[in-house]
This record gives sequence, C-alpha cells and structure tokens, in this order.
Amino acid sequence: MIEDTIAAIATAVGEGSIAVIRISGPEALQIADRIYTGKDSLASQPTHTIHYGKVRDPQSGETVDEVLVSVMRAPRSFTMEDVVEISCHGGIVPVRRTLDLLLDAGARMAEPGEFTKRAFLNGRIDLAQAEAVIDLIRSRSDRAFSIAMKQAEGSLSERIRMLRHDLVELMAHIEVNIDYPEHDVEEMTNTFIKDKTLSAIDVIEGLLRTAKQGKVMREGIITAIVGKPNVGKSSLLNELAQEERAIVTDIPGTTRDVIEEFVTVNGIPLKLLDTAGIRETADVVERIGVERSRGAIADADLILMVVNSNEPLTDEERALIVQLQGKPMLLLLNKSDLPAGVDKKWLSEHIEQERMIEMSMKEHRGIDQLGEAIAKMFFSGEVETADPTYVSNSRHIHLLNQAQHSLQEALQATEQWMPIDMIQIDIRTSWEKLGEIVGDAVGESLLDQIFSQFCLGK
Amino acid sequence: MGYHAGDYDVIVIGAGHAGCESALAAARMGCETLLITINLDMVAFMPCNPSIGGPAKGHVVREIDALGGEMGRNIDRTFIQMRMLNTGKGPAVHALRAQADKFLYQHTMKETIELQDNLELRQGMVEQLIVENGECKGVITKTGAEYHAKTVVLTTGTYLRGKVIMGELMYESGPNNQQPSIKLSDNLRELGFDLVRFKTGTPPRVLRESIDFSKTEIQPGDEKPRYFSYESTADTAAQEEQLPCWLTYTTSNTHQIINDNLHRAPMFSGQIEGTGPRYCPSIEDKIVRFHDKPKHQIFLEPEGRHTSEYYVQGLSTSMPEDVQLSMLRSISGLENVRMMRTGYAIEYDAVVPTQLWPTLETKLVPNLFTAGQINGTSGYEEAAGQGIVAGINAARKVQGKESVVIDRSQGYIGVLIDDLVTKGTNEPYRLLTSRAEYRLLLRNDNADLRLTPIGYEIGLIQEERHERFLAKKEAIANELARLASVKIRPDEDVQQLLAEAGTAPLQNSVDAVTLLRRPEITYSQLDVLCPPDDDIAADVKEQVEIQVKYSGYIEKQLLQVERLKRMESKRIPDDIDYYAVHGIASEAKQKLAEIRPLSVGQASRISGVTPADISILLVYLEHYNQVVASRS
Repeated sequence: MIEDTIAAIATAVGEGSIAVIRISGPEALQIADRIYTGKDSLASQPTHTIHYGKVRDPQSGETVDEVLVSVMRAPRSFTMEDVVEISCHGGIVPVRRTLDLLLDAGARMAEPGEFTKRAFLNGRIDLAQAEAVIDLIRSRSDRAFSIAMKQAEGSLSERIRMLRHDLVELMAHIEVNIDYPEHDVEEMTNTFIKDKTLSAIDVIEGLLRTAKQGKVMREGIITAIVGKPNVGKSSLLNELAQEERAIVTDIPGTTRDVIEEFVTVNGIPLKLLDTAGIRETADVVERIGVERSRGAIADADLILMVVNSNEPLTDEERALIVQLQGKPMLLLLNKSDLPAGVDKKWLSEHIEQERMIEMSMKEHRGIDQLGEAIAKMFFSGEVETADPTYVSNSRHIHLLNQAQHSLQEALQATEQWMPIDMIQIDIRTSWEKLGEIVGDAVGESLLDQIFSQFCLGK
Repeated sequence: MGYHAGDYDVIVIGAGHAGCESALAAARMGCETLLITINLDMVAFMPCNPSIGGPAKGHVVREIDALGGEMGRNIDRTFIQMRMLNTGKGPAVHALRAQADKFLYQHTMKETIELQDNLELRQGMVEQLIVENGECKGVITKTGAEYHAKTVVLTTGTYLRGKVIMGELMYESGPNNQQPSIKLSDNLRELGFDLVRFKTGTPPRVLRESIDFSKTEIQPGDEKPRYFSYESTADTAAQEEQLPCWLTYTTSNTHQIINDNLHRAPMFSGQIEGTGPRYCPSIEDKIVRFHDKPKHQIFLEPEGRHTSEYYVQGLSTSMPEDVQLSMLRSISGLENVRMMRTGYAIEYDAVVPTQLWPTLETKLVPNLFTAGQINGTSGYEEAAGQGIVAGINAARKVQGKESVVIDRSQGYIGVLIDDLVTKGTNEPYRLLTSRAEYRLLLRNDNADLRLTPIGYEIGLIQEERHERFLAKKEAIANELARLASVKIRPDEDVQQLLAEAGTAPLQNSVDAVTLLRRPEITYSQLDVLCPPDDDIAADVKEQVEIQVKYSGYIEKQLLQVERLKRMESKRIPDDIDYYAVHGIASEAKQKLAEIRPLSVGQASRISGVTPADISILLVYLEHYNQVVASRS
C-alpha cells in the first residue's frame, strides 16, 4: 500500500502568510528536487534542515515562487517516511502551481487523512488517533462521493462519459480483433486507431482549455492594480466594486480570512490583490506605492496599471511600463476628461494601442472598454458564460493531463507501428484515468461493450 | 446396501478435462488417487467443438503444460490441424489453436491415465459425498460402493441435473445423451451449497460426404506446426498430414427460417431458465440481437481422421430438429446436407464460485474441492486449468503442505480462478485476453518462464526438463547481456543494411540492444550485424527479441505487478470479524464477510468494496497485528 509518494497542501492560508505543501514517501526528496533549485539538491541534505531556494517549472524554466524547504528523513518525521515541506509565499496561485508541478513530477495527490494514515501504519500514532482518521477517511470519502455525484449530473461528467464511450468502443473493437481473430469484424488498423486517438486528444485538449477558463470563472483573474498614488487606483477600485459588491472568498478547507476582493467586469470575475494596500496607501508617498506594486505584480494574472493622462509620466512609471512589457498588462489612462498631458508618442513606442484604455473615473467612462479588453486577453474575445462546462478541480485537471499523456503515447505507438495490443495498453490507461474523474468502476464494462457491439459465437 | 470399496488419498469425480488434470496431478505428486466417472467411454470427451486453444485458452494450455499437466502433450499427439493465430499482432496475444481428432484425443488421454502409477480409473455414478464432522471423507456410488479419501475433487461438468432442450422437446440428460447426475446435486444443496442454473449449447453435426466443399473457402493449418507442450517435438507429436477446415456463410434464407420459427425457439418461449453465455450465443440469439447483419460465418470442422462427422461452428442452436435441418440446408455448400447429430441446449447446476477459496477448496466443506464447469466456467481449457490447480491443492492438503495459488500476474489460470472466487460470475465464464490486466506479461511464449519453477517445486516437472528450462533461462540472460555490450559501428555494411531495413543510418556506435529497439530492426538482422559465437536456439532468440523490443511496455506492467504483489502480501487473518471493524461501509462488510479474502489485494477486487474501505481495513489490520503481537 505504502509505495508511492504523496503530496498535498498541508495548510491553507491566505495571502501574506505562509502555505506549506507536504510531500511524503520514498521519493519525496527526488520529486521535490525536480522542481526545486537551490544551492544544493535536497537529496544531498541531512535530515531536519531548512533550505532557501526557488520552485521552477522544469518545462519552461520559469520561477514560480521563492520558498523555504524543510527536509525530514525517515523515520524521524510525522509519517516516518521521507518528508519534504515546502513553504510557499502564499497566495493561492503559486501554491497551486507548486502542487501541480509536484504532481507532474511524480507525486500523487494525497487522499483525505492519508498523511495521518501513513503515520499510523508506520507505527507513529496510536489507535485512538487512528480511529479519528477512520472517521476522517469515511466522512471525506462520503463527501467526495457526493461531490462526485453532483458533478455526475453536470455537463463535464457528461462530456467525459461520452469520451469514455468512444474510447471503450475503440477498445472493444481492438479486443474483438485480438480475442476473435477469425471473426469477420473490421480489421483494426493503426491508421484507424490513430484517427480515433487524435479525436479523443482533441476533446481532452478542449476540456483542458475550459479548465483554464473554468479556473478563471471560478477563482477570478488574479488582478493587481498598480500605479503611483493619486492617479485614481482607489477610484478604479470603487468603480469596479459598484458593479458587484465585493465579496469574500470561501475556498473549501481554508480559514475564512479575507483574502482578496472579488469584482466582476462585464461578467468576468477579477480577484483584486492587495486592495487594502491600495486604500491605505492612497495618500502615502510615491516611493512606497510603487514598491508595493512590484510585489503584487509577481502574483498576478492581470496587471492594471493606472496613470494620470493629464500629466507627463514619471521616470518610475516609464521604468514600470518597460518592466511590464510582455506581461498581461493593460494601461489605464485615467482622467481623460482633463486635457492630455501624457507623452503619447513615448507610450505608443512602448505599448500596443489595444492595451491602452482611456478612462475617466470621475465621469464613469471606460469600464466597458476595460471589460472588452480583458475578455479579449483571456477568452479571445468571447466569454462563454452560457456554457457551464468547466474543469476546475486540480485533481480532475491532473487526471485529464494524465489521460491525455497516455493517448499521446498511444498515438506515438501507432506511428511506430506497434502491435494493436500494445497500443491498447495506453488507451486503456487513459480510459481508466477518465473513469477516476467521473467515478465509474472499471472492469466488466469493456466486456459488456464487446458483447453488445459485436456478434460473436460458436 | 453400501460396502467399503477402498481407501485413497484423493478421489476425483468426473473424468472430463478438469478431472483428468486433477487426477493425474494428484497421482504424480504421489497420492493414491481414484478417478471415478459415469461412463469410461467418455474420458476427456469433447462434447462441443473439436478444438483446443485460441486466444487466452491456448495460453492456459501452455500454462498447464508448464505446471506439469497433460492437456498440451495430449493435443500435440492428437491434433489434425495446428494454427498460430494473431501473428500480425503483438507477441502477447499470439495464440496457438489446434483442431483435435476428438476420438484419438480421448483414447490417448484414457491410456495415459490407465498407465499412470498411483491412479485408478473406475466407472461409477457418485450420488453422495461422505461428510463427517463437517469435513468431506469420501463418496458413495449408485451401486453402494463407499470410497474413502482424505480429499475429494468434484468435476461434474454439465451433468448435474443436466437437461437437454431441442425445441419443444426437453429431457433429463447429460451431454451427448449421457446419464445425468441428479442425486449429487440434491446432496450438494443439502450440504448448504448455493447452486445456480447455467445453460450452454452445441451445433448439429453433419456428414462430410453430403457437403459441397466447392462452395466454401478452405482454411488450412500452418505449414510448420508449433506445439503446445514444451516437451513435444516433431517425433512425439502427431505427424500425419493436416486436415483443413472450411468457411461458409448463412444466407438470408437461413435468417428467414429462424425468424419464421422463433415461436418454437426455447430461448424465446421461456422454456430455458438457465443463463447462457453472451460470448457464444445460439444462432437464433445472434439473428435476433444483430438483425442487421446480413450473414454469419459458419466454419465446418472435421471431428477426427476416422469419422465423417463435421462440426458446424457458428450454428449452436436449440431449435426443433426439423427447423435445424432446414437451417442447415439454407447454408451455402450444405444444400443437400445429411444431419448426423442434432444440436441442443443443455441446462445444468453449477456451484456459485464465491463459495470457494482461491485453492478451489470449498469454504463450506473442508477437503472438498471443485473444478471446471461446476464452478461456472465454460471451455475445455478453463476446466483443465482449474483441474490441475484443484488436483495440486487436494494433494498438497493430503501431504500437509502449503497450498498453491497462481496470482493474476503469473498466469491466465490465476486470472480465471481469482475472477471466479472473488467476483463470481452470472453467466458461464470464458477466458478472454482482455480479462488479464498484465496481458503483456502473460504471453504464449513465456508460460514456461512463468510457471515451470512452480511445477518443479511441487514435483510435477521432472529433473531433466527442469535442467533444460534453467539452461534456456541462462541462455536468454547471456544473450541479453551480450547484446547490451556489443557495439555496432556505423560502417558502410551496417549503414547499407539499415537502409535496406528502412531505418535511419547510425550517427555513432550503438549497442545492439539500442538498435534492436528500433521498430524496423529484428533479431535476424542482428544475427548478421553481430553474430553470436555459438548457435542460439530459436526460442531463446524469440525471448530476447520480445524482451528487448517491448521493454518499455513490459517495465510499465512490471511496476504495476510490484504494486499488486505488495497488496497480495498483506494477508488477512481468517478469524477477522468484518462486522466489528469500525468505519467500513455495510455493503462492503457484507461482501467481505461472504468472500473472506485471503489478502488485501483480493479484498480490493471485490465489487462494492471501495478504496476507502480498503484504507480502513489496512488501518484495522495494523491494529489487529499489534494486538496479536502484544498478546504473544
């Protein structure tokens, strides 16, 4: 049972404090090393030590977060296995990213109560504590079940069910070729399998795209409002908040701290970072404002930089604009009701026209244009609010990625002219991963499909 | 009046494919064994198709052979046609299939049994089990003979309360008009066994001289036949010229005749109560369910060398006799056919197989084992595979040795038995390769590598054969090591050979293993590029090639097997009270208490037992072990 390495967010706290991701199992150090860059590899560190370093996306090389990492080697850890704890800077985004990277690097998402279960199985805690774990496993799995049921009614599970049906039909066809070689059914060719596999990959890709959008729709676009004081940041905030009353996030499992404020612009939810900071610093000196802004920029999916179009840009503002080139930034030229004083020539040399929006908070102008610009940026112009199929659960996203990965391997195998029974291995894995999303039991249904789809007999 | 007729270690009831393997295994393991059957002319009889093997089934025959069983040797000596199927697919699903001379097959098996030391063959109808203090102690026959034994293996096939059905006609009978076994079924019920009613069927047989073969397609055997047994050679196997089979089709007329007579089909008139298998439906069932299929394949298969009877594969039916004749005569090539035997459906009692341990001993009556169709399976090979396992365990129990269970990663026999005892079956169970999750490891070519060590350990594989096996294993390891070390340089000859094979030229020197992984390269090309010092046997080359070529897939499956083994190694004590385990869902409790799985692995395969239940079970077991440890 205890053979793989598990990971989960062990604490869930709001922005500004530290979130800890715990990894436990025989490969904890190796898996953490795949995403961690520090002075030395974690695998070379002695037990009970703490290290400073960075979490990097091994594919893109991009830095996700600066972290402190604790190494606790077996058996001197809570689970009595090798344990690595990564303390992230907080803010949901880098923590989630880090966990996703760990899952991609070979860890499995821990089940509810699994760390404690391991602690018990390895003799770390006594039965009384373990019984509490049992209740936890039971209640959480029941809850997971009810969530799964709820999802089963949704259109996501409907789409996955259809995709699985296509795959099982393909599999049944392959199996009949194998188990009834003399039977007069259509011969399974690699080309046929390839076509079917490609279209399944398409479907998953589509779902993963909605995952991005679904995440946005559920969690909001993480948005930083930056700019020097007195350009209208808090007016912008108030303007946005008018459209929908600011609400407090209620992310399951977290303490219900006020983390970020939600607003919507043209139906697109934005999660505004450091709104308290904006309100507080409205009258404080320029230097602090810009510094704070830099911190928020790192965490944001969208940066709204506000400048006063009535005045020339300061050196700091110019530097910030240059720094934000290539990032998802919109430049809001506020106070457009006043005579223009901003250096438009310089701006047009440094930023695309479509990223500049003239606004007047005072006259309530420009919000619609802002909404359109955001929609264009994140949804290629279209917001499919009518379509509720969003993959938002990171477990589902992870399973979809795995399902897609297996299909890619199947596809590659067809291109290398592997025999159909080998290709089937990867198709089956993909089908099973999709099954884990909707909670369908694996097994007899392939046989059911074979016998209902084909006329076999002696 | 009863009389004491003898004392044995093991008694096997029924001399079909399961019973023969059981009895031979027990006797060869040194047990005094009695094999008792209703009619001695029916030993190893094939009541249905005259063929052995095919996907999954052929794999089982090889596994039986690797364990030291008889089916492989017997068919190799009596086949009239041999074909390797699926050769266009991966090595895991290559499948050997033989057409048997079914009469010779019987006689050869009977002779082997008669000549076997420690084994006595006896005709008799067993009507009752001797059960004392809840344990099985022997059997009583219709003639009053009381045979005593330490263990008993029951292989009743389709004889238990057998009932033959042809259209409106229905009568109590075993297969092929044999006497059915009625009282034994009642006895099992009295002992508390849960029985189910299953159904199977067989097509009519026709006279060769009345077939117009010119209207059919010939289906010849392989030019160079392969054998099932790792012991068979061209000298020991059948040597006569192979006989072909013939392919023809039903016509729209056939379908019309069936549709016109559906009201007389017992399948649809409600006469048949037993559950039939989906994978071999009768022709009337096929036509109803797949009504848009314009024609169905019919294979005409000879039943032996010295008979004119032909088996009409694809036309299994329980239609009335007159309808059967019209159906036959509507098929291309059979316009003037003479029917020799009428097709029929047969209903019989089977034991619900979840009442068995994975050793095939019943949970209800210790020392009683069951194997074959009585356990809800169908097929000669499935029966024989269970037979040898039941025979081995019946003998091991007599000898006070630990039982033998083949797991799902070791063989199709393991998959078959695990499925039966863990999940049960609601129709006659047929093996399919898709039932095996480690299909790539359970290959036709490596059954010896998988199971010979077990066969040797239990004493069914002789020293001489074992040494040959070890030598083969070593040769494979040596050749793999050699290929990994030998370097192939990108010289002109090499590049030309690669170009001819349609693969990219070499940039640098590579080892031979790397080159062999290329899809276009086969071992025979390596033979030219880097010939071995000594000749290497063909079966060694085959292993090396497969192990290298598919190593990526093989390693993936091996990883999964490792996980399986860890779960299988967590044993569950037999005295565990599931109802006392806090937290397990009540449906799962019920299932667990019924199946009484031996390991956490087996528990996890029971339907209705969720991963959360397994987690809780693990926690409980840990606690249980701690308590037990602290007590002792």
